[in-house]
Amino acid sequence: MNEMIDNLLTTGLELWNWFPADWQTFLLILGKIILILAPLMICVAYITYAERKIIGYMQVRIGPNRVGPRGWLQPIADAMKLMFKEVIIPSQSDKFLFLLAPVLSIMPALAAWAVIPFDRGIVLTDVNAGLLYILALTSLGVYGVVIAGWASNSKYAILSSLRVGAQIVAYEIAMGFALVGVIMASGSLNMGDIVEGQAGGISSWYVWPLLPLFFVYFISGVAETNRAPFDVAEGESEIVAGFHVEYSGMAFAVFFLAEYANIILISSLTALLFLGGWLSPFEGFVEAGNWLAEPSLLWFFAKACFFAFCFLWFRATFPRYRYDQIMRLGWKVFIPVTIVWLFVEGLMVYAQIGPWSA
Amino acid sequence: MKSVYHFFKSFLFWELLKGLSVTGKYLFSPKITVQYPEEKTPMSPRFRGLHAQRRYANGEERCIACKLCEAVCPALAITIESEQREDGSRRTKRYDIDLFKCIYCGFCEEACPVDAIVETHIFEYHFEERGKQVMTKQMLLEVGDKYEAEIAANKQADAPYR
Repeated sequence: MNEMIDNLLTTGLELWNWFPADWQTFLLILGKIILILAPLMICVAYITYAERKIIGYMQVRIGPNRVGPRGWLQPIADAMKLMFKEVIIPSQSDKFLFLLAPVLSIMPALAAWAVIPFDRGIVLTDVNAGLLYILALTSLGVYGVVIAGWASNSKYAILSSLRVGAQIVAYEIAMGFALVGVIMASGSLNMGDIVEGQAGGISSWYVWPLLPLFFVYFISGVAETNRAPFDVAEGESEIVAGFHVEYSGMAFAVFFLAEYANIILISSLTALLFLGGWLSPFEGFVEAGNWLAEPSLLWFFAKACFFAFCFLWFRATFPRYRYDQIMRLGWKVFIPVTIVWLFVEGLMVYAQIGPWSA
Repeated sequence: MKSVYHFFKSFLFWELLKGLSVTGKYLFSPKITVQYPEEKTPMSPRFRGLHAQRRYANGEERCIACKLCEAVCPALAITIESEQREDGSRRTKRYDIDLFKCIYCGFCEEACPVDAIVETHIFEYHFEERGKQVMTKQMLLEVGDKYEAEIAANKQADAPYR
């Protein structure tokens, strides 16, 4: 038996060595990407299930419970249904752009995961400008929506994409300013360094000195993903389903995937930037060596889950904003608040108050 | 002063948190969903579902073809043709109810002088072909024969209130 395993290992190693060196790097990176994306896709599938369950529970309903034990196979059934449905391309649409749009919207949502660290050193690419990269990619997501609305050649879709365009531009600025606050606090654009800068338990997380920026960032994140209460892009009561009104089958499913991948992305980013990512909240409160004090993937996961839960909670609670109120909140509240707090933060850095010493 | 109060109230998300606490509470409250095929809600004896024609205990059909139900039916769902039977009594030779037209108002049941046409508690039924939605006299009598005990019990339960 052992001999067999040894043989298998040596053959495997020989096969591996047979590849040229640059192929090996390529395969390694491909493997890492799959390792990140496969669990992510499962998370996306099950966040749809969690959404239906949680919103159901908040409405004193039970939610899906028919497919599989307690409805656990519901997302699989949904995915199967969408896969076998026909993708109808409207005859008056721009066919190339119509099919390109879903790809453009999911691509940044997945590509951003390249620089997200899950634990100390567990990251696909440790880029020094990681935060800039993420800011750039999350802004790219709007192109998918705008192109989808335009290519559909439908008045509801184009109205929706106009709304999304204006909304995301407005909130992108507030979000960027909030991130500037994080950069000022950490003195680095590298995601890993930002998290490590928050070491020392719950009291040294950036969420406390940057509390207003944290709220602005998270609310802008909700607005950026076009989730309730900022989901005027797909306001059912006004413009049917918004930009994806003409989409069906897998093309629609890809938009759906992108939306939920974005939720997970924003939740993870909030956990990383403001709540110390994989660092334990009890660090320094319980003696070292205790598992509660150890930084681990589980902390990161728990924090990200909490924010993902908040997305669903907000959806179950808040009525949709009126469009002009969204614009007012973005331009007239969030941007001034972030600028004021950046100034305050600057003073704090100058006076050496706070956890950082820049 | 009021504007200061309003400023702090909105910046501390006071009303949003209140809303969140309401939904947060309901997240843990017991759920009231009835798991339909396994659980069912109680049903009144007056429930108006699928129609049936009843018989007397001796097996004679109750309907005397008076056509009061046909006359009272607001949806014109009932079609009756009558004839004289060999024993000299007036009977229906055709009694059709179009269930697509029927609005389940129960007027036919109220109008009937001999309690022949009734609406049962059956509400789970379907048709697999076009045209099958017309309940003929034969079908109505079959339903009545099958559920006579329950129909009689429901009539009995409702009798004191009429």
